[in-house]
Amino acid sequence: MSTAVAPDYPQAPLFALDTLWFQVAGTLCNIQCAHCFISSSPTNRSHEMLSLEHVKRFLAEGEALGVKEYYFTGGEPFLNREIFEILEAALALGPVSVLTNGLLLKPESAWRLRRLSDGSDYSLDLRISIDGWDAATNDPVRGAGTFDRILVGIRNLAEAGLNPVITVTEACEGAATAEGRTRFLAFLRAIGLTQPRLKVMPLLRLGAESGRTRAYESWESLRGETLTRDEAEALVCSSGRMVTSKGVYVCPILIDFPEARMGTALAETLGGFELRHSACFTCHAQGLSCRT
Amino acid sequence: MPDLKLGGRRAPAPAPEPQTVEMGGYRRVAFLGGVYSNHLALREALRIARSRGVDAVFALGDFGAFGPHPDRTVEILRGEGIPAIQGNYEESLASGAADCHCGYTDPRDNHFAQISYDYTRENTAAEHKRWMGTLPGHIRLTIGEKRVLLCHGSPRKINEFLWRSMTPAPFIRKLLRDFETDLVVCTHTGLPWSRLLEPGRGVVNCGALGRPANDGRTNVWLAVVEAEGGGLRVDPVRVDYDHERLAREMEAERLPPEFVETIRTGWWTSCLEILPAKERAQGRY
Repeated sequence: MSTAVAPDYPQAPLFALDTLWFQVAGTLCNIQCAHCFISSSPTNRSHEMLSLEHVKRFLAEGEALGVKEYYFTGGEPFLNREIFEILEAALALGPVSVLTNGLLLKPESAWRLRRLSDGSDYSLDLRISIDGWDAATNDPVRGAGTFDRILVGIRNLAEAGLNPVITVTEACEGAATAEGRTRFLAFLRAIGLTQPRLKVMPLLRLGAESGRTRAYESWESLRGETLTRDEAEALVCSSGRMVTSKGVYVCPILIDFPEARMGTALAETLGGFELRHSACFTCHAQGLSCRT
Repeated sequence: MPDLKLGGRRAPAPAPEPQTVEMGGYRRVAFLGGVYSNHLALREALRIARSRGVDAVFALGDFGAFGPHPDRTVEILRGEGIPAIQGNYEESLASGAADCHCGYTDPRDNHFAQISYDYTRENTAAEHKRWMGTLPGHIRLTIGEKRVLLCHGSPRKINEFLWRSMTPAPFIRKLLRDFETDLVVCTHTGLPWSRLLEPGRGVVNCGALGRPANDGRTNVWLAVVEAEGGGLRVDPVRVDYDHERLAREMEAERLPPEFVETIRTGWWTSCLEILPAKERAQGRY
């Protein structure tokens, strides 16, 4: 007699590989934010930099699969010495978003990005993280002196005619409320962004953040839940995959978890994924989307 | 950690295929994007389409929203017998949904979208809502030798935004392959564009009749597609209409001054956050 095992967790199918992510700087970063869910730092080598050649191999596979957009993150992507060549290769195939702390965006880099943007049919979005509207709110999270340096990066982009998306986490208290958004948009206008673009992200209680506030608790789980199709479509893992130096992972968030590594080539990672991790609860319950 | 990779169980149900209607073969066709209650532009668009000698005109959904007196637009479309598909507005109005399912992500955009939707819902006759529920989600036809698929947002989702700068060639190849067509015609974004990978194969976004294309000009757009030498030729066609009269009607209906400003200036004042970098940079706000 066989006994059916009751399924415990909902499944996210991969509806289509629309978004292809690259951990282009590995977990190496020029700063060490207190809320980083993968604990990136100047010394964290758990994922290594990706080379242009490595990225090109996955771009070719992504092109054949009909990928719709490409994302580059780290760590800090502009630590990668081949980043401009990598972005140029991706922009030949589709729209690109780069997630950066903005600290390395000197005027010549900003203008180089502008030329890459102008040279492509597709959008190039720079996403700059900041965690407050002043140094007193931002610097405890992102590091002493970072607020002023981030503003320099934002202004350099603006002067080159690029309009970054400013990304704020809920480590900046109140940023997700209507008043918080209004205050942030006013702040961005005041620093010279005439068409301010703002994205507020929930926190992931992984990596450094689990020490700053708290780790996930047992109730934060999708065990026993079922997802509608719309709910499944809203998840990053139902339309994307993440390439790191160690292989292809289900999403940009779970790269510290070996169980989230799905294969070495994209073709091996096109199946569904069981949403067992507590971070899956954040994506579903708080509507977290890493997309621009 | 438990094994995260137990595949294959409890997958959400696949999306139901939208009802598809097969129409005939044509040589020259006009496509009308979101009308957003702009009955004045709709009348002018129909006049222009006829003057260009088209065999047929198709409407790609979102008849209401933004503008005044939504029933006027529906009465023109029904009175003229224009074949049409559902947009997210028709789907929402017919099903009694609480919002438009436009797909915005920003609170300010959603605020204005809700004003549009509530006004349209209150001012659309029940009989028109019932008719909207009878419309198909897709229409297939041929133009010359090419297969053409009409959808509202994208072939795979009624409210997916297909912007020019976010719809790359490899993705278009996949859409054409998955949906067994040569050309996809869509609207939903409100900005006209097309990308043909080879003659007669690609995507055409026919833009919108409801509001201008965020370029500082007050005209709106339709698209004419015609058979040409075994392929297809795509013409975006400018539609000038009495926008000042529409603006006054919107004011009389107490629609938001931000909407009226868009009609008078040609610059978008809402739905801004959803714009990709390139498209946003072309507007004023």
